[in-house]
This record gives sequence, C-alpha cells and structure tokens, in this order.
Amino acid sequence: MEYTILILLLPFLSFLVLGLAGMYMKSKVAGIIGTISLATVACLSYYTAFSYFTGARNAEGVYPTITAWNFNWLPFSSNLSIDFGFMIDPISVMMLVVISTVSLMVHIYSFGYMHGEKGFQRYYAFLSLFTMSMLGLVVATNIFQMYIFWELVGVSSYLLIGFYYTKDAAIAASKKAFIVTRFADLGFLIGILIYGYYAGTFSFTPQVNALINAGFLIPLALGLMFIGGAGKSAMFPLHIWLPDAMEGPTPVSALIHAATMVVAGVYLVARMFPLYVGYAPDVLHWIAYIAAFTAFYAASVACVQSDIKRVLAFSTISQIGFMMVALGVCTSINPHEGGLGYMASMFHLFTHAMFKALLFLGAGCIIHAVHTNEMSGMGGLRKHMPITHITFLIGCLAIAGIWPFSGFFSKDEILTACFEFSPVMGYIMTAIAGMTAFYMFRLYYGIFWGTPYNKKPNYNPNVHPHECSLSMTIPLMVLAGITCVAGFIPFGHLVSSNGEAYTIHLDTTVMITSLCVAITSILIATWMYAGDKQPVAAMLAKQFKGLHKAAYNRFYLDEIWIFITKKIIFRCISTPIAWFDRHVIDQFFNFTAWGTNAAGEEIRGMQSGNVQQYCMWFLAGSLILTLILIL
Amino acid sequence: MTLQIIVFIVIALFIGVCSVLSVTTSRILRAATYLLFVLFGTAAIYFQLNYAFLGAVQLLIYAGGITVLYVFSILLTSAQGDKAEKLKNSKVAAGFLSTLAGLGICLFVILKNDFIEPSFQPGELDVKTIGYTLMGMEKYQYVLPFEVISILLLACIVGGVMIARKR
Amino acid sequence: MVPMEYYLILSTFMMFVGIYGFFTRKNILAILISVELILNSVDINFAVFNRFLFPDKLEGHFFALFAIGVSAAETAVAIAIIINIYRNIRNIQIKNINEMKG
Repeated sequence: MEYTILILLLPFLSFLVLGLAGMYMKSKVAGIIGTISLATVACLSYYTAFSYFTGARNAEGVYPTITAWNFNWLPFSSNLSIDFGFMIDPISVMMLVVISTVSLMVHIYSFGYMHGEKGFQRYYAFLSLFTMSMLGLVVATNIFQMYIFWELVGVSSYLLIGFYYTKDAAIAASKKAFIVTRFADLGFLIGILIYGYYAGTFSFTPQVNALINAGFLIPLALGLMFIGGAGKSAMFPLHIWLPDAMEGPTPVSALIHAATMVVAGVYLVARMFPLYVGYAPDVLHWIAYIAAFTAFYAASVACVQSDIKRVLAFSTISQIGFMMVALGVCTSINPHEGGLGYMASMFHLFTHAMFKALLFLGAGCIIHAVHTNEMSGMGGLRKHMPITHITFLIGCLAIAGIWPFSGFFSKDEILTACFEFSPVMGYIMTAIAGMTAFYMFRLYYGIFWGTPYNKKPNYNPNVHPHECSLSMTIPLMVLAGITCVAGFIPFGHLVSSNGEAYTIHLDTTVMITSLCVAITSILIATWMYAGDKQPVAAMLAKQFKGLHKAAYNRFYLDEIWIFITKKIIFRCISTPIAWFDRHVIDQFFNFTAWGTNAAGEEIRGMQSGNVQQYCMWFLAGSLILTLILIL
Repeated sequence: MTLQIIVFIVIALFIGVCSVLSVTTSRILRAATYLLFVLFGTAAIYFQLNYAFLGAVQLLIYAGGITVLYVFSILLTSAQGDKAEKLKNSKVAAGFLSTLAGLGICLFVILKNDFIEPSFQPGELDVKTIGYTLMGMEKYQYVLPFEVISILLLACIVGGVMIARKR
Repeated sequence: MVPMEYYLILSTFMMFVGIYGFFTRKNILAILISVELILNSVDINFAVFNRFLFPDKLEGHFFALFAIGVSAAETAVAIAIIINIYRNIRNIQIKNINEMKG
C-alpha cells in the first residue's frame, strides 16, 4: 500500500508548485493543476477505501488496522518515539473519503466562485496545503504526528480565512481563529506530553499496565486533549472564532467550517475513543454535557441571525455538538451495549460533511448572485436560481432529519444512543433537532420565498440574480446526490466502536418522535416565514425583545471574552508582567549592556596599539607576580 | 680593596654612566655612540672575567658590526638630522617609577638569594678548548646550536634583503 | 677578587636602564638601542654565572656567544623593517606606527 504516500505528497507538491511558481502561470492553469492533483488524491482515496472495505476482516470480524508505511522520525527511547506514517483503519479511511470528496468539490466550485479574483493561484495553493494537512491529520499513526498536522491545519485555515487580507474584518477573523484554536491547542500539547510521559508512547494503543499505573493522570491528559479538540471543533465557550471565520471565501467556509477542520476535534475524540471509554468515562460524559449545551446554545443563536453564512456557522457548531454528544454518551466499546454513539457520531460526521458542504456551497451561489450575506437582501429567489433552490432544499431536509435524506439516519442513530444513555439527554437532543429544522427552514424561506428581493426597502438595483455557472452547480448536484443516498450506506458494517459489523436498525419510537418534531418545526417555520409578511415572527421578536437581542448578539459571549481578555487578563496579569519585564528584566540587561559598554570604553584606552604601553603593563604584571612569589 | 675591584668600579661607572646617557640623550646618533661605549665596557668586563674570546667576539660583532649598522640606519632614516625629542612628563614618570620598582625588586631578589658557593679561579680559557667544545658532538658540546645559528643568520640575511629591498 | 654580586648589580642596573629606555623613547631606533642594552646585560649575567658558579663548564660562555649572534641577527632584521617603515611613512616615530596595516 505504498501508493498511499501519494495521498499526502500530491497536495503538498501542488502547494509547492502553486505557491512558488503560481504567480508566473495563468490563473486557470493554476486552478487546473490544483484540481487535477486533488482529483488524483480523491481517486486514490476511493481506491483505498474500496480495497480496504472489500478486503478481508480478521478472525474477530474486525477490519484490521494497517500501517501502510511508517518511519521512525525522532526516537527518544525504545518505546517513545515520534513516527511519521500512514495508518489505515475504518475511521481514517472514512475521513479520507470525506475530505477528498469535499475538497475536490470545493476545488471545482472555486473555479466559478473565485473567477477573476486577485490571488487566484495563492488561493489554490492554500487549498492544497489545507487538504494535505487535513489528510495527514486523519492518517496519523501516532498522536504527535496528529498534533503536527493539527497545527498545520490551524496555519492553513488562518491563511484561508485571511485570504482577503486587505479587509480588516478578514484579518481580525483570521487572527481570532488562529489565536483561539492555538490557545486550545496548548491544552492538547500538554495532554500529549502527559500522555507520552506516563503511557510511555505516543501511539494510540499504549500498554495497559502503564495506563493503570498512571492513575488519574490519564483522564487528565485525555481531558486536556479534549480542550484542543474543543478549540478546533468550536465547542462552547471556544466556539467564538467560527462565526467570524465566515469572512473567508465561501468555498473555504464549506471546506474548513463545514466538512473538515471543525470535525478534527470529533475525530480526535473518536481516535482516542478506546482510551476515553476504558480509562476516562467521566471525561467522556463531561464532553457530552458540554457538547449538548453547545448544540443548544448554537441552535438558539442560529434562530435569529440574519447573515446566512452565520446561520450556517451556528448550525455547524450545533451539529458538531451532536457528534460530540454521540461520542460522549457511550458507556462501553460494544455497540450493542452502549457503544452505539461512536458509530452514530462517525455516521453523522460523514453525512453532515456532505450536506453542510452542500449548504455552504449553495449559500456561496446565492451570495455570488445577490452580492450580500444578509437575508434582508434576499427573498423569492427560487425562480431565478432553480438548481441552487432544489439542492439547498435537499440540504435543509437532510439537516432537519427527514426521510430518506442522509441526515435522518445519522441523527436517529445519535438520538437512539442518547436515549440509551439517559432519556433526559434524549429528549433534550430531540428538542435541539427540532430547533435545527426550524432555523434551517427559516433560512430557506428567507432566501427563496417571502418578499421578493426587489421589493425590499434596501433593494440594490444593480443586482440581477441568475443561476451560477456549471462549475458551481455541478458540485452542488453531486453533493445533493450523495446526500440523497448516503443514508442507505450500511455504515455500521464499516465503522463501529469495536470494529465488528453492526447492523443499523431504526428504533421506531425514536424515529417517529424525531420525525414528528422535525415536521412540526418545519411547519411552524413555514407558518412564520413562508409568506410575504411575517407578522408572527415580528410579534415574537417584539414580545421577547431582550431575548431576541441577546440571541442576535450571540448572548454577548464575544463581549465576555473581550472583557476577560482585556479587562482581567491584560490588566491583572499582562500589565504587571509587562511592567516587570520593562523595569526589571529589561533594566537588568540594559545595565549589563551599559556595564559592558563602559568597561569597554575604559579598556579601549589600553588597546592603543602602543607597544611601549603594553610592555609597561607587562612589566607591572610580572613584578606583581614576583612580589607574590617572594613574599 | 684590591686592584681588581678598583678596575671593576671604574668599568662599572663607565658602563652605568654611558648606558644612562644612551637612553636619555635626545640625539639619536649620540645614543648610538654611548651604546658603543657600553659595549666596549661589557667587553672589558669579559676580559676581566678572563673570557678573552667572548670579549673579542663582543668587540667584533657588537661594537664592530652592529653599531656600524645602527649608525648607517640612523643616517639613512634621519634625514633632517638628529631631531630633538620632546618627552611627555607623565610617560617619563611612569617609566621611571616602574623601572625603579623593578630594579628594587630584582636587586632584592639577587642579594637575598643564596647562591651556591661562588669561586673564582683565575686563568685564561684555552681557545683550543673553546674550539673543541664548539665543534664537538658530545654532551655539553655545541655543534648543533652552531649550525642552527648559521642557518638563522642566513635566514636573516635573506629576510633583511627581502624586507628592505625597494619594490 | 671581585664579589659576584657586584657584577649582578651592574647587569641589573643596565637591564633596567634599557627597560626605561624602551618605555620612554619615541624613535624606533632608540628603542632598539635600549633592547641591545637589555640583551647585553643578560650576556654579562651568563658569563658571570658560568665563571663564578660552574667554572669547569662552558655553558654560560657559549650561551652568551650564541646570544650575541642572535642579537646580531635580530638587529639586522629589525633595521631592515625600520628602513621599510621609513620608506612608507617618512619617519620612524613609534606613535605613527600603531596601525597594523599601513
């Protein structure tokens, strides 16, 4: 399986070529180079997935974990070393397929979306870099390799979010994303170091004895690792970077903030899942509580946002919360006895990546057509953009959880797992699923129905919405197709918590409940937003003015963070440290420099080049030595 | 006070005065002349020690050769005549003081030191002995340093010509 | 006979007179003359020690002999250098040659 090295090498090479020589080639050539290399990677990924899943299971009925290639990079001791390799197991193969598919779609889509933009070649170079880092992350054979690519993902997302580097908002957003995730990665790094020290290895399958001897430190390390994952996966309260990151180009949002980067945290927890379940079940349940709160918070904020990309961003946070909840409610590694959530989470990751990428790309088409992100500039677009309309509707139905779209299956598995854990959790998650359906259809009606855009008060006469070019609609159709059929993939056979084949069977009660809730929510949304006038919504907003305003401002969480950083951290910690640095450390070094300088000035007089003076000093020295000797 | 001591004192006074004059006179040609006198005095000391050969060498090489070299180089380099030097007082004082201190310490060490019993056996050193010692290859014989000195002198001739030659 | 210390006092005096000259003179040739004084005083010491302390050996004698030869060589080279300096900067004052590269 040595060919798998190409999966990492091709995007990296295309990054190098486009990054170094991109400015000398036509933008179209650069795009084609990036797309072709990515298409090759996608084909290789599909081939890997096909040959892996059609290959033999081992004696326990588990797909074997294959290390395609591995070389020892930094050996510290006989056990502890940093390796660099390519691991193939069910979830990494699944992620390979997800990443390469979405990335390929984004590459194709960007041809139309970024057409004529300045820095087109740079854009493709960054896309390649991002894809490479993400692929390297999922195939990592050990946690340190994962961390290296994790940081590379952070850097490349920083570059992509700040792509419009002349826009202040984009710069601020990229910095915010980088700093917040980097701050969280500090926890990840400390966790890795503790884990490496006590488990004696960086691999995912450490010695059991070492873990038992380490006592409470392993749960601590796993908890710290989750902080890193929470940063990347935008868990409350580290989610603040994600809505702002929508300043990047929309395809980038689709790639980073829908399908790949934000699920890195979920993937991390899934990768370490046996350890979490075996040694830190409490940490795992805390993850579930945090994730459930995040899902609820994000869903409530998404209900009132007016910027369509922000709605999608918050819906992403909410859906990531679903995946994390599914992982967190697991109580054992056996899918029949409380380990169902693992499979559900991975399934939802897979389906969500597809339909959320579809929604983001559709939003990109809409923004491309009406040149605004705000819903106030949209409405009644269904006649002008039929393909976008249909595909977007499919995406909305999928995320709302309507049969037969893929979201229905994966969400039902999550809800089943939640009900197995505790009925309270199950009902909460069902309610959040209902909110999801509500805000998605609010978005859908706001864009495609309601008052036509040209009858709104802030109508821009230069806007003539039209269907986008083929390069943009083809990815939409492909992703919509996947969304329609992905639910019928026998996912449990491929991925499950202990690797054994698990047949998905839908729990009738859960299914009917969630369907009812979803359809009710959609009907409410239709009642409130589908018409030309929206009296109910306006009335509600007026009635709960404070709540509406707070939700619109994301419950002032950014302001709280600003307060914490500026008022508390800066004033109480940074300022004294800065004072100490300036007045003690700097002064000490200034004094040293001054002393050296002054001594040099003094000594300089002696280095006159005058031999007679040297000799006089020599004589004086020898006389003193003689005196010391004879006395 | 024997005659020898009287002779020594005369020679010593002569050497002392001339050496002091040689480093204090402001005219460079005079300094060279006083140096010549000092070298003569040193030769006299050697004669008094009954090292006639050494004294002869001193006269030949030092007084005869080196001083002439000095005089010529002085004439070559002091075109404006022997210019008077103005010395800085502080420099003179520093040099004088350090010299005086050094002199004091050295004399203290010399006079305090217990040498092994000095014995003076009068009698001229045989030139034949000197010749054999200089050319012998046994222990305490000096043919190797002799050859080394010859090579050194050759190198000096070549080096002197190389350095001083007009380019 | 003359006591050995008398000779040593004389040579020490001569040596420090030479050192004084080395410290204070400004003309390079004058400095060289001072160096000759120092060397000369050392030669006297060699001869004296040989004569008084080890009369049946000849080491000091020959050391003085060779030292005279070496000092002749040293003087020749030094004077060649001084003449070269004079040719370059038209005088031989020590204060003018405190730079290594002319």
